[in-house]
Amino acid sequence: MSRLAVPKTYKLFIGGKFPRSESGRTFEILSAKGDFLANAAKASRKDARDAVKAARGAVSGWSGATAYNRGQVLYRIAELLEGRRGQFIDEIQRGENVSRAIAERQVDDAIDRWVWYAGWADKYTQVAGNANPVAGPFFNLSVPEPTGVVAMIAPQDSSLLGLVSVVAPALVTGNTVVVVASERFPLSAITLAEVLATSDVPGGVVNVLTGSPAEIAPWLASHADVNALDLAGAEDLDWVDLQISAADTLKRVLPPEGDAFPSLDRITAFTETKTVWHTKSML
Amino acid sequence: MSFLEYAPAPESTAILNLKDEYGLFIGGEFVEGSGTAFSTISPADERAIATVQTADASDVDRAVGAARQAYERVWSKMSGADRGKYLFRIARLVQERARELAVAESLDNGKPIKESRDVDVPLVAAWFFYYAGWADKLDYAGLGPNPQSLGVAGQVIPWNFPLLMLSWKIAPALAAGNTVVLKPAETTPLTALLFAEIVQQAGLPAGVVNIITGAGSTGEALVQHPDVNKVAFTGSTGVGHAIAKSVAGTGKKLTLELGGKAANIVFDDAPIDQAIEGIVNGIFFNQGHVCCAGSRLLVQESIHDDVIERLKSRLSTLRLGDPLDKNTDIGAINSAEQLERIRTLTEAGEAEGAERWTAPCELPSQGYWFAPTIFTGVSTSHRIAREEIFGPVLSVLTFRTPAEAIAKANNTPYGLSAGIWSDKGSRILAVADKLRAGVIWANTFNRFDPASPFGGYKESGYGREGGRHGLGAYLAPAGAPAAISEKKTRTRTTRTATKENRK
Repeated sequence: MSRLAVPKTYKLFIGGKFPRSESGRTFEILSAKGDFLANAAKASRKDARDAVKAARGAVSGWSGATAYNRGQVLYRIAELLEGRRGQFIDEIQRGENVSRAIAERQVDDAIDRWVWYAGWADKYTQVAGNANPVAGPFFNLSVPEPTGVVAMIAPQDSSLLGLVSVVAPALVTGNTVVVVASERFPLSAITLAEVLATSDVPGGVVNVLTGSPAEIAPWLASHADVNALDLAGAEDLDWVDLQISAADTLKRVLPPEGDAFPSLDRITAFTETKTVWHTKSML
Repeated sequence: MSFLEYAPAPESTAILNLKDEYGLFIGGEFVEGSGTAFSTISPADERAIATVQTADASDVDRAVGAARQAYERVWSKMSGADRGKYLFRIARLVQERARELAVAESLDNGKPIKESRDVDVPLVAAWFFYYAGWADKLDYAGLGPNPQSLGVAGQVIPWNFPLLMLSWKIAPALAAGNTVVLKPAETTPLTALLFAEIVQQAGLPAGVVNIITGAGSTGEALVQHPDVNKVAFTGSTGVGHAIAKSVAGTGKKLTLELGGKAANIVFDDAPIDQAIEGIVNGIFFNQGHVCCAGSRLLVQESIHDDVIERLKSRLSTLRLGDPLDKNTDIGAINSAEQLERIRTLTEAGEAEGAERWTAPCELPSQGYWFAPTIFTGVSTSHRIAREEIFGPVLSVLTFRTPAEAIAKANNTPYGLSAGIWSDKGSRILAVADKLRAGVIWANTFNRFDPASPFGGYKESGYGREGGRHGLGAYLAPAGAPAAISEKKTRTRTTRTATKENRK
């Protein structure tokens, strides 16, 4: 007789913990063949606000870590992702109804993309910052710094790769993140959260919400303690309304981009440039 | 036990699993050398640690051949992402074996374990980690899109930071897509050979890293080998001159990181306690075996006596002795030859009229030792103000105005580093502008980071190691002659030369 499996309860990931939605709501996740996979937590406005609070609390520690330290912590996540490769492949295969080869490619691309971004942690300042030859006896240096809390709608067409493609670049510089996972394929997002929870990433640096982006996104777009909004996966939402709403607090906004292709732009989009002037005395 | 006396706290050597003999590391395996094997000894007690091989010209040829083959068949065709993954593996393996490497380094080099454990080895891991991330980002290195690797790099490193200098050489070279043949210093080959084991553990394709041991003639053969495309040397200015001459006209790209005679300038408004620590760290770190050591203290006249008094009192508390003891501040001088050089120059200092003060400490009877020493009343014409001593010896000069400090600081053929101590930021920045040196430390000294370029002006060499600049030393812009056409023709002619050598 075959062994009876022990299924996992998929919950949210907020402040380093795995709570159910405070609303008590779940939504049914079926495989493409129609089999029951799980009841995912359906995050509410309150969950989104809790996530923003957790993210805000984590900003100073994460952005205050040295770039080298952040780079190592992010690289460690890639190591752990590699260790869970099989689990992600199974999950994606069942959830997305794709061949094993396609699921493998998605997971491998996600890990490699994570490594690519991890390497930027102690380099992007050297590429995006510079000394400025001002006409006068001054030291003048421009350096990029993280903008703060970034809320994001993950690309909706993939379980893992899209999510990694928006989360990793924001983390590199020291931002913290509230991400709404793919509505159709939310399960791998919570498995990624398990990886984050057992890595050296401090609690609150990444917060993962599952549920309806259409329902949650407006609350995030209008939240005054959110500094930036990545609408990568929002093409099917009223994303212009979200952008207008974000303008109330002048959030930095990235428009919908389904594949969120890896680029330095995704890193610098959520940074502020700080220029320091200092006098040089006459000798 | 009295104040500042400590019970011995030696780090155990049980963590080491050394072999009696090490071969040359060529093409991914340890092989016999054709030259005369020699012992590497511990400078703290002159005991032999292991026997290592001498690579002669034929071995150098074999190593360069292995590197060339690995370059053409594997490494130059591999994606940057995969090269990066290998470098990340190496970084992790260094971290995992950090304690073992630190003990081996202190044993072979004589430096205090607290330095090898807390400075050298963590920086080695950091260097590989940093350049690992660059391997798939070369388009951002500043050379335009799609920059090209150079080919085979011949690298010769010194004995003062054996494993750290290895990482400064190998990490950027591999990240940029080159393969390497590296020769560690004659007196400190041990950690490079342990690194060869790490290369094996990392599963690096055979021939991408080759490590050959030997003395100066081995290094000379490597640098002059016609199939080497890039030469990187860290060591004395004398040898640097010779290498620059031998490389002239060959098209080989060259970086040199040579000697120094750094000025450490202390203004009267300096945070004095921090300055004293910085001066001590500047010249007595690693027994003063540091090319960027702050070996000339330029102190403003008004605070001279106070600074000297505080320095003497601080130096009297430094503990000299067993490098493996966790409380040791000053370890052994690396070799009898170096000890002799330090003695010669300090004797010249006395003969030329400077006043000598030596910290009161007992020197062990075995091994090579030199107590921390200060010369006051030094003038710019003294040999101890002009020549690199490369030992725990500080020459103190004075100045009255910033202009005088700058003139004295720049009055040297060297230009590697300098220090400035002052509470006034605007003065620090103005003085820094006028100093002809590649690295300026303000209210700190001897800081190193893989993200920060390091290298000299003038006869301290050229090229930079570390940071984005360090990557540029191993790359050529797409379409540049060094990247494509010239290399091909050179490869063709050198292949013939190699065949002739074999006849």
